[in-house]
This record gives sequence, C-alpha cells and structure tokens, in this order.
Amino acid sequence: MKKDKKISFIRRKFLKTFTVAAAAAFAPLAKANSAVKDFDFDDFVQKNFKEMTPQEVERMLKRLEKKYKEKYGKDFIVKATPPMENVEFGYALNLSKCIGCRRCVYACVKENNLSRKPHQIHYIRVMRFKNGPIDLEKSEHYYEAEQVPEKGYFYVPIQCQHCRKAPCVKACPVRATWTEKDGIVVVDYNWCIACRYCMAACPYKGRNFNWAEPQIPVEELNTNTHYLGNRPRMKNVVEKCTFCIQRSREGRYPACVEICPVGARKFGNLLDPNSEVRRIIETKRIFRLKEDLNTDPKFFYFFHS
Amino acid sequence: MRFVKFFIDSVKEVIKGSPLYYAWMAFLLIIMAFAARSYIFQLDNGLIVTNMRDQVSWGLYIANFTFMVGVAAAAVLLVIPAYIYHFQAIKEIVILGELLAFSAIVMCLGFITVDLGRPDRFWHIIPGLGILNFPISMLSWDVVVLNGYLILNTLIPIYLIYKGYVNEEPNKKLYLPFVLLSIPWAVSIHTVTAFLYNPLPARPFWNAAILAPRFLASAFCSGPALIILIFQIIRKVSNTKVQDVALFKIAEIMAYAMFFNLFLFGAELFKEYYSGTVHLAPMEYLMQGLHGHNALVPWIWTAIFLNVTAFILFILLRNVRSVKIMNIGCVLIITGVWIEKGMGFIVPGFIPDTLGEIYEYMPSSTEVMVSLGVLALGFFVYTMFAKVAIAVNNGTLKYQKD
Repeated sequence: MKKDKKISFIRRKFLKTFTVAAAAAFAPLAKANSAVKDFDFDDFVQKNFKEMTPQEVERMLKRLEKKYKEKYGKDFIVKATPPMENVEFGYALNLSKCIGCRRCVYACVKENNLSRKPHQIHYIRVMRFKNGPIDLEKSEHYYEAEQVPEKGYFYVPIQCQHCRKAPCVKACPVRATWTEKDGIVVVDYNWCIACRYCMAACPYKGRNFNWAEPQIPVEELNTNTHYLGNRPRMKNVVEKCTFCIQRSREGRYPACVEICPVGARKFGNLLDPNSEVRRIIETKRIFRLKEDLNTDPKFFYFFHS
Repeated sequence: MRFVKFFIDSVKEVIKGSPLYYAWMAFLLIIMAFAARSYIFQLDNGLIVTNMRDQVSWGLYIANFTFMVGVAAAAVLLVIPAYIYHFQAIKEIVILGELLAFSAIVMCLGFITVDLGRPDRFWHIIPGLGILNFPISMLSWDVVVLNGYLILNTLIPIYLIYKGYVNEEPNKKLYLPFVLLSIPWAVSIHTVTAFLYNPLPARPFWNAAILAPRFLASAFCSGPALIILIFQIIRKVSNTKVQDVALFKIAEIMAYAMFFNLFLFGAELFKEYYSGTVHLAPMEYLMQGLHGHNALVPWIWTAIFLNVTAFILFILLRNVRSVKIMNIGCVLIITGVWIEKGMGFIVPGFIPDTLGEIYEYMPSSTEVMVSLGVLALGFFVYTMFAKVAIAVNNGTLKYQKD
C-alpha cells in the first residue's frame, strides 16, 4: 500500500514536470505562425499543371492574378502560352566575346522576379578562369573586377542547359518538372514537394531553391508573367531558367540575350535550318559542358573561328 | 471482438508502468516537444534555418535517413537465424527485432518528412491521389519499398503478439510467407536507398557501383549493434529472457559484416586514389581536405579509427566471451558507421559541387534539434510496442473473457 502511494506520487510529479515542460515548448504555437496563416486551400488542392483541362488552367490563372494583386497590390498577367509548333529552342554562347560583365545575370534577376534577399537567387553564374584550360575546380564564382574584361582571364557563363535527356526530370518523384514540346525544362512550382532530388541530379547547378520566402522590391516586380516561368514563387520550392518562357513563346529573345552588350548570346529554333543557332552549330567549332554524361544539352558554347 | 479487446488491453499496458518507464517516456516527449518547436520554426521561415544551401542541398536529415534505413534492413539478421535456421535463442527475441525495424522505418519517414520543404504537398506522392513518378524516379522506388517494409513489419509482429495474447498457436501458413518476403525486402530497402545516390553521374562520389553492397555491409554491423544494446536494456528493465548466446551469435555476423565494410571502403579508396581523375576531389575533400577546406577530415578519420577498433574487438570476442567488450564494440560501430554513412557520405557528394564550388556544411542547431526529435519519436514508438510484446510474452497481458 505504502509503495503504491509512493509510486503514484512519483508518477504525479513526473506528469506535472512533463506538462510544464511541454507547455513551455509549445508556447510559441499560440502565436499565429506563417505556416498556418499562409495556408491557401486552393493552392493546396490544385492539380498538376499537365493534368488540368484548358478550363481549369484558365480558372487557375485568374485565381493567381487575383492572389498576386492582393499580395503585391499590382495587376499581374499570368499566361500559360503553349509551345509553338515545330519549335525546339536552343542556345549558343560565344566564349570569345563574353567579357564577364554579368549584365545577363542581373537582367535575368529582374525579368524573372528572382529573390533578392535574404536568399539571393541567380539563374546565370558567370565563372572566371585564368587563361588556360577550363578546369571547373579552379574557377572563380564570386570574382569582383574594377573593369572587365580583365587581362589574362576569360569567362564562362553557365545556366540550365535544357538537356534533352535531363537528369532532373528523371529524378523528380512527382513529375513536378518536365521538358515541354519546345524543349524548355520547366517546373510546376505549385506541385514541387521540395525533396531537392533534382538538385542532386543536375550536373550543371541549373536548379535553385527558394530556401526562404522570396523577397523582391514591389516596384521592381515584373508583372508580365507565365505560369511555368517568372510568376512570383513561394518559399521552399525549386526554380530554374526557362529561357524566359514568357518571352520566348511570343517570339522575343530571353532577357540575357537581349542585354548582352557584346552579342555573345544567341538564341533560336533548332528545327529551323535557317536560324542563327543552327548556322552556328553547323559552321563553328562548338562544345557542350560535360559531354561525357550524355545529357544532350541544347546549350552550345563556341568560339570565333 | 477479441482484437478490439487486444487493442484496449495494449493501450492500458502502455499507459501504466514503473517510474522509470514514465521518466523515459516523459524524457522522449519533452525532446519531441522541443523538436516540434524547432520544426515549426523551420516551417515558418523555410529551410533557410538549416545550413543546407544550393551547393549542399541535402544534409543531416538525409544522412540520418540513410543510416536508419540500414538499421531497419538489419532486422533481417535476426529473421534469418530465427525462421530459416530455427536458432532458438534468437527466435525468442525476433519480434523485438522486427519491432525495431518498424520503428526505424518510422524514423526514416520522419527524416524524409522534415527534409521536405513542402510537407503540405505530401499527397502529391500518393498514387491515385497525386502522381508517383514510378518507375522512372528512384525516389519513387524508395517510397514503395519503404512503405512495403513498414507494412510487413507492422503486420507480422502484430499478428504474432496478438496470437500470443489470445494464447493460440500462430498459423504458419498465414505468416511465414510474409516473413520470407520480408527477407529480400529488407535487402531491397537498402539497395534502393543506395540506388538513390548511385545513379547520379552529376555526383562522382556517389556514382560507384560498389555503393549498394557497401551500404548493406555497414548496415549489417550498425543495425545489430543497436539491437544488441537495446536487448540488454530490455533484459535489465523487464524480466525478458535474452540469452548471451543470442547476442554473441549476432556479434559474430557483425564481425564478418565489418570486415566487408572495411574491405569495400578500401576498394573505393584504391580506385579513386590510383586513377586520380578529377573525380577524386570529393574523396580528397573527405580524407585530407581540399584547397584548405577540411571540415570533414576529423570526422572520417574518427569513423575509420572506430570501425577498425571495433573490428579488432569483435575478432577478440571469438576467444574472450565478454559482454563488456561487445558493448564497447557496439558503441564504436554505431558511431563509426553513422559518421561514415551519414556526414561522411551524403555531404562529400556535394563538395566540391558540380561546378567546382566548395561550400562547407555543418548542420544548424535547428537541424540537430529536429533530428533528435525524430529519434525520440522512433524510440517512443519502439518502447510502446516492445512493452506490449514483452507483457504478452511474459504472460502478464493475456486475453480474459469478461
């Protein structure tokens, strides 16, 4: 009897200690937290983009436009322009011309509504090499120069290579990323579960992750957007270069091509025998990055010859 | 009807216990509560509160996941001697091993969940409801095999415990096929987990065919090490009979497994260093540091030292049947393999990254806290299930007509 009492006393003491400790641990829950506050039921139940009917897509685009208006106080256009017939986009970059000015990097940031802080995202990474072989390990990713080009250096910009056999597409467990008919590798930001397997699979660092809620000054927002492209993203999803899908599908050049002051960047239709990219591939000496991995990129590097 | 009673009685069994039992469960719950707080902090702010970044996009969570898959797979080292070779001493405790496999899978799924940036979209992975990219994505294979193994290791022990509860002989025809299926399935969960990393040519450090056998070898030492320690604790706190002969049998298998583990690691080292291609870089980073970055060097050498020492101790066990030496060896192995397979395997896969950049990763305090919470959850689940299993085995929990 006495022993039982003692046990029940100890038990009560434990329970009390435990309750107090648990209450202390859960106290912050009482405050509304953003995970709960930001919950959007329509986002939650939304289907994969590829499985939507045209009507569903239409409704969803309207819904997003309304949502962005509420969030940013600006009128957004969210398109879902489909691929053009007989088009496969390709890219060619003239390494003899590139001066490493990084204008492409920042034009891309602006055009595509990339997060500025606290986590800065760049789709394009310009790497600086000392004259000599392209040895990735000896490249400088964060060089700062008073003036470019610098003597004794050359520059290699790298972005998503839009592989025909894209390892990232293969990796995704939920088909949140795929290659469109016009060859653009896209992500459905609303379908990505953020396992980041695609990032492990990509050999070119072509994928970026929104580690935090993307922050963009409202006045710098680009409101002309595409669902699979530059529409505002949310935290904890993967994103990537889409050859500026919101532009290229309307016959315009990607922002990086347009801004390049030396004309090092060329973009066009690989299926058109008269296109500039096709002429470059057929007449220049070209190479692709990590050819040995057999990813078949549609991004070609070349030199003057 | 009888099953409902079984369930109710089990809940009753879990609720009552000694002060020590309460202390242990309260301790785990408090850890879980603090971890929940950290996890909510992570959900609130995004994965930026971890130290993972684009360069190193997986870290402590996936490292722990990989280690725990190994622990789950290792239950097979009890299942084979118990059901195939009818080794009596192990047969008596095999259920506790299967329950450990179950708990390890719970931890695996926990680690995956906390690693997911968008757990709210979890349903996307459920076939029918969402889209499972099967069989193209290796991650979808992992979803299938892990959940299959979870089901197997839930059904088998529950059936056997229930049969013990109602005091009936379990129907061999009913459960043995599942037991036999669980053997190749155990091998498959760790093979598929190796195949997550192995087929990515973007990551030369992982892109080695030797990976699956290496994973299995290290799992077959670390898992049983955990089992040996846990069984001794169970033996202490309850009057369950766990014979030394069973533990030494397991230890014997571990010695072989550790030999293969060290051998395969050596084979990998030889290949990378002798060929000396650019793909040597991650190994160099791990073993000796690269361009002045050497955060993992002390870790891996500690792991090698622990594993080699443990191997020597386990060889000694053949002549000196000492539980103490065995226990020291087990602790060394758990630590050594956890480092080798976790931080020493996941992280160097990303360093240098695919474009040659070096970002050194060490987990943040949030990652550590959340990970402790998942471990606590696993032990909590295990303790509950084991308590019921032990009570049934002792005959203190049995079916009584009202």
